Amino acid sequence: MYRIAQKTGVSNKQAALYRLIGIIGALVISSIFILITKKNPIQVYASMIKGAFGSYYRIRSIIIRAIPLAITSFGISVAFKLKFWNIGGEGQIMMGAFGAALVALNFPDLSKPVLLLFMAVTGFVFGGLYALIPAIFKAKFNTNETLFTLMMNYIAIKWVTYLQYSAWKDPNAVGFPKIADFSKNAWLPDVFGIHAGWVVTLVLAVVMHIFMKHSKKGYEISVVGESVNTARYAGMNVKKIMLEALFISGGLCGLAGMIQASGVGRTLAVTTSANAGFTAIIIAWLSRLSMPVMVIVAFLFAAMVQGGVFIETAYQIPQAVTEIIQGMILFFILGTEFFIRYKIVPVKKEQGGN
Amino acid sequence: MDLKLFLSAAVIAGTPLLLATLGEILTEKAGNLNLGIEGMMLMGAVMGFITAYHTQSPFLALAAAFLTGALGSLIYAFLTVTLRVNQQVSGLALTTFGTGFAGFLGQKYVGLLVPDNVKAALANVKIPLLGDIPFIGDILFNKDPIVYISYVIVIIIGIYLYKTRKGLNLIAVGENPAAADAAGINVNLYKYVHILIGGALCGLAGAYLSLIYVPAWQDNIVAGRGWIAVALVIFVTWNPYKAIAGSYLFGGLDILGFRLQKFELSIPQYFLDMLPYAATIIILIIASVKKSKKNLPPTSMGLPYFRENR
Repeated sequence: MYRIAQKTGVSNKQAALYRLIGIIGALVISSIFILITKKNPIQVYASMIKGAFGSYYRIRSIIIRAIPLAITSFGISVAFKLKFWNIGGEGQIMMGAFGAALVALNFPDLSKPVLLLFMAVTGFVFGGLYALIPAIFKAKFNTNETLFTLMMNYIAIKWVTYLQYSAWKDPNAVGFPKIADFSKNAWLPDVFGIHAGWVVTLVLAVVMHIFMKHSKKGYEISVVGESVNTARYAGMNVKKIMLEALFISGGLCGLAGMIQASGVGRTLAVTTSANAGFTAIIIAWLSRLSMPVMVIVAFLFAAMVQGGVFIETAYQIPQAVTEIIQGMILFFILGTEFFIRYKIVPVKKEQGGN
Repeated sequence: MDLKLFLSAAVIAGTPLLLATLGEILTEKAGNLNLGIEGMMLMGAVMGFITAYHTQSPFLALAAAFLTGALGSLIYAFLTVTLRVNQQVSGLALTTFGTGFAGFLGQKYVGLLVPDNVKAALANVKIPLLGDIPFIGDILFNKDPIVYISYVIVIIIGIYLYKTRKGLNLIAVGENPAAADAAGINVNLYKYVHILIGGALCGLAGAYLSLIYVPAWQDNIVAGRGWIAVALVIFVTWNPYKAIAGSYLFGGLDILGFRLQKFELSIPQYFLDMLPYAATIIILIIASVKKSKKNLPPTSMGLPYFRENR
């Protein structure tokens, strides 16, 4: 017989090794799917890497894909630190983008810095308020936040669909219904050839890391997350901390939405969030809620998508294979967490363990 | 609009929702929130279709969908029960995987139709006597075999949950796994069995879409219905009998907007589409405000069970 015991003292190096083994395991299993298409898996993986990193243009495209993933992960992880399972990132991104669009479309002639700042603040506030709704109910009535935030995603998406296909439909656009493009003043400027979102990402990674690890608020959030009773005993206002944290959490997601709308789409669209809200949950979790790690993981996730786009054209392998590989890597990495945190200890029979 | 035709269509649109909802009820009753429904439905849909296409056998197709759904949920069960990984993240990973799985295997079949003999085998069959009841007969008892199977599953789950000792054990596992464990219930075994059956039902729900509802293969055939099922479980407060009415209601909402267009009503489709989710939120809030034990999620849902921390 055996029992499972918590493990302590696993070094980061060992943990990284476990994860690496996990990734290799995932790639081996995923090879089965590539073999179905009668292609050589090693060749395909190699060209995925080449396709992802092979040129300046491609790396640029990875960074653009990684920006919303990273910023949304920052947001999600603030809530997760509190053990508030905010899976409403998708909706909060949409509402942030909606707020930004509201400003951009109504004040197209403001000067660029003023307009962008106005958009960013509105996006943050809209995303934050949208996350605040389930947080208020959680604080007051202990309403299940996982399900609440999940439902809020679909309401936000339907709302933006309504705007795009009906209320805000650009009468001048021919063909596919779309919302009018923002004025040029509402476009994020490029910094070294990539929209400024990457600068925001890096700054936020540092700021949020310091906020979570070294500020009073950040400390309070982690105490509440560890034990609500300890927090109460220490005289913390648990409800207030939860509401503040969720406003920040949703706000960051909203900011990601503003950046996508302004820097990539040039307008608000149903596709603005592009599943980033869900992917970010996975990224935040894999990074164990560490902001700097999230930047790297978001980059790798984006690289994988980029590599998938490449092999679709190069090998006629459906792009869906990247989702399979992504899923597999997730399964394996999630699985290895167990071996990092626990060990299996044999139990002698006479001790009566079972 | 012909009310009878509309209600009849609502039952058909509601059946995949019903099957998936029943599956998720079992899963959540065991204390596990599986957000992989969408993925498992897609896996079942694609394997059901491919099997039907190559074997021409409706039985094998449904069996394949059933097993594929169970297989998908086995990954989830292993991660969350044995390895104690976060349930939300594991479920989302399963949805990612399932979406890729269906997109990958289904690519060659896009636009192909279900073979005629499979279609014929799954065509509507009128139940004698019950099918002759005016109005209701045609709506409920002149349907394809899977609809009837779904009725049977509802009754079985209802009896199981409320009238049997094992069902009571299951509720104990979901409410308080430590107490259940202390009472000698094999918590992990209960979780595994119900997660697997839950996944199998989701697989069947997917096959209903690809074999009967559409019936052809198209990309992203499930189109968010898995998430509606997550909402439905809450809407019907984990009750399999209420799940019938809830599923047909949401199924009706799904096709309502499409039909209302003919009448140029002033309610845009988009707001009708929001209704299932908004209604679910309201139910969730009411249940938590009233603190009525009956309508709340199983207490341990979402939390891994650590026997060592008992």
